[in-house]
Amino acid sequence: MLDSHVRAELAALLPASSLLTTPEDTKPYECDGLTLFREQPAAVVLPENEAQVAAILRICHAARVPVVARGAGTSLSGGALPHRDGVVLSMAKFRRILTIDTLARTAVVQPGVRNLAISEAAAPHGLYYAPDPSSQIACSIGGNVAENAGGVHCLKYGLTVHNVRRVRGLLITGEPVEFGGASLDSAGYDLLALITGSEGLLAVITEVTVKLTPKPQLAQVACAAFDDIEKAGAAVGAIIGEGIIPAGLEMMDQPATRAVEEFVHAGYPLDAAAVLLVESDGTPEEVDDEMGEIRRVLTASGATSIRVSRDERERLLLWSGRKAAFPAVGRLSPDYYCIDGTIPRKALPLVLRRTAEWSKEFGLACANVFHAGDGNLHPLILFDANKEGEIEKTIAFGDRILELCIEVGGTVTGEHGVGVEKLSTMCTQFAPDELERFHGVKAAFDPSGLLNPGKGVPTLARCAEFGRMHVHHGQLRHPDIPRF
Amino acid sequence: MADLDIAGVQEAIRRAAAVRSPLRIVGGATKDFYGEKLVGDVLDVRELAGIVDYEPTELVITARAGTPIDEIESAMGASGQMLAFEPPRFAPGGTLGGAIASGLSGPRRPYAGAARDLVLGVKIVDGTGRALSFGGRVMKNVAGFDVSRLMTGAMGTLGVITEVSLKCLPLPRTEATRLFAMSADESIRRVNEWGGQPLPLSATCFHQGQLAVRLSGAPSAVAAACAKMGGTAVEDTEGLWTSVRDQTHAFFAGAAAARAPLWRLSVGSTAPYTDLGGEQLIEWGGALRWLASTPRTDLARVRAWASSHGGHATLFRAADKPSDVFHPLPPTLAELHRRLKATFDPNGILNRNRMSTAF
Repeated sequence: MLDSHVRAELAALLPASSLLTTPEDTKPYECDGLTLFREQPAAVVLPENEAQVAAILRICHAARVPVVARGAGTSLSGGALPHRDGVVLSMAKFRRILTIDTLARTAVVQPGVRNLAISEAAAPHGLYYAPDPSSQIACSIGGNVAENAGGVHCLKYGLTVHNVRRVRGLLITGEPVEFGGASLDSAGYDLLALITGSEGLLAVITEVTVKLTPKPQLAQVACAAFDDIEKAGAAVGAIIGEGIIPAGLEMMDQPATRAVEEFVHAGYPLDAAAVLLVESDGTPEEVDDEMGEIRRVLTASGATSIRVSRDERERLLLWSGRKAAFPAVGRLSPDYYCIDGTIPRKALPLVLRRTAEWSKEFGLACANVFHAGDGNLHPLILFDANKEGEIEKTIAFGDRILELCIEVGGTVTGEHGVGVEKLSTMCTQFAPDELERFHGVKAAFDPSGLLNPGKGVPTLARCAEFGRMHVHHGQLRHPDIPRF
Repeated sequence: MADLDIAGVQEAIRRAAAVRSPLRIVGGATKDFYGEKLVGDVLDVRELAGIVDYEPTELVITARAGTPIDEIESAMGASGQMLAFEPPRFAPGGTLGGAIASGLSGPRRPYAGAARDLVLGVKIVDGTGRALSFGGRVMKNVAGFDVSRLMTGAMGTLGVITEVSLKCLPLPRTEATRLFAMSADESIRRVNEWGGQPLPLSATCFHQGQLAVRLSGAPSAVAAACAKMGGTAVEDTEGLWTSVRDQTHAFFAGAAAARAPLWRLSVGSTAPYTDLGGEQLIEWGGALRWLASTPRTDLARVRAWASSHGGHATLFRAADKPSDVFHPLPPTLAELHRRLKATFDPNGILNRNRMSTAF
């Protein structure tokens, strides 16, 4: 319930249609892309300019009301999960591309602009916005910055943090603040990097300047089949060992390949234990040279078949399956849960082997898609939320995979963020001193702790309660004790 | 062995913190000229040296902060890889820790990324003597705030960097440099236009009516770009770009000989060429302007010009430096800096005064 005073102030500020307070109206905001967690907020506000956002923040700050900023609501970690006593600050009306500077190759956009809309607007100038998370049709740039979103092309073109020049935002007090600039660096600490991936805990983003990249003249993708997943993993290492940084380098295991083939009919080899998609882009001469090398390495690594796209239609078809992997797997099962660990690539066989063992142990099927070039693994656990105890089993299975990711020297989240989902595994990845510094960073920006409270960084009390063991730099304290 | 060394750093910091006595962190001491006046007792971290882990096919190198940059580059070079941010060497002996703490990047920066873009993880000892680890050794990692990148360019004011993990990139198969005669204005327009085309650019430098453009990549792509862009070939490509990177180029040597204060102006790449009362060298596709100032240079105007073009101006080198060598921050940002400093170094002992006279 919203304090009547706060409600009256918000009502005086916003048109009636921009302030939602009834349970029927706030229901659509109860969760984001991670539907396992739901909570209805006290209110949802939909401001349409920065002055309104500042006023909302001042009202909430004065009354100590939590504020959860929300873009398109596609987060897979519960980053936009509402607070029961708080306000959801929807940036959905900030939908304008303000300027495209073709000579400087930058675009200034409002946070609610969709990722793909930027590339579409830049396309007539031969430019595009490089990071391409799978949800790019729907997700917004404000959310991309908040989560430091990745995509299938980030090994070569970088994450959001590498493609953003300037972020304008508001602190919880309503004060405007700008990080970065038109320049390639700024005076003082790199707060632009700090705000990127900060999951809405530090400031509310109101404007973003992104870098635009020239569209490559040509792109081709090779789809290679392997009869053994370890051979496919070795092929990835061999390609990189040759000094090639492919534009995209993805792997799917057999369950994932079969699910997407049924969904998109791209002609993936169904008998393969693993399928690799390797993309080369650049000038026609470059692609020709590089694709020749890639073919040679794939063959030498034991690929059982290699198919190279002959035109743009075929290239998009081969990618369509990978991009639709989540919904495709979703068709196999009433529910699925997407895990997002990153590992050193050499640990892939071990992680997949263990995952398969646990899949049997828990009685839950699992398909794997993998950003193989940068070690970001997405096991998709299939479950049925209506079956007694299945949600708990799924979460336990997911946590085990993430703890293994830490043990082999990786991380609990490569691109989806911590949100509410990975708070417990954060206790394993970080020592209490490190978590304390994270809380210090949060307090430097938001001493009142009102921006997206309870997300991103677990409290030390929570870690103690869960009895999580901090794995120190990939080494368990007593490695001789069998744990799994 | 390494733990013992880190324990030594922790001990030195705890002792200094107890009496609030400033420590001046030193690696190769090759960038002492950069930043505000040096204050405090020397904490030499050169002994925290050595490559910890390097697996070329994982594209990651991890080394202790005191490792010489040259050692890292030769290890990577042997595997056909490089530090893509081309860390400048202002004198022999520069270390990895210094390169990351200063956050400075060389000519390849606009096309391959800055030091901060390639940092994957750091280990530090903060101002209370606690050893902390942020980020990691993997390419993608969004667990927790990005403290690794926050440390990059923080000039050691938030912690003593003890270990760094970096993304490695393959060495280009070939490089070539083309030279064009043109005006400063024309060069700025051309490098930005080329930047919007799918060309394998990897560095630009304009000085005294000559624009040099480096191309890197597959031989076929470099050859095609050379044919398309025209210009004349530069024989000693490596020599030219090393001199720009390390500031031994005639422009920098001349400024040093004339004892001319050197300004670094980081601005939007399309900012028009403006006479600021001294000779300029323009790098980074127009986004970095070096200014050898003269008595007719108006410092207030230099700062105002950089601000109006979306950037900032640093007094990079000068025999006799005033304070406030870095561009002043707006009050809200200055307050955020003060609070972050208080979080990581509550006693204000690490590289006191180096980045700001406020801390």
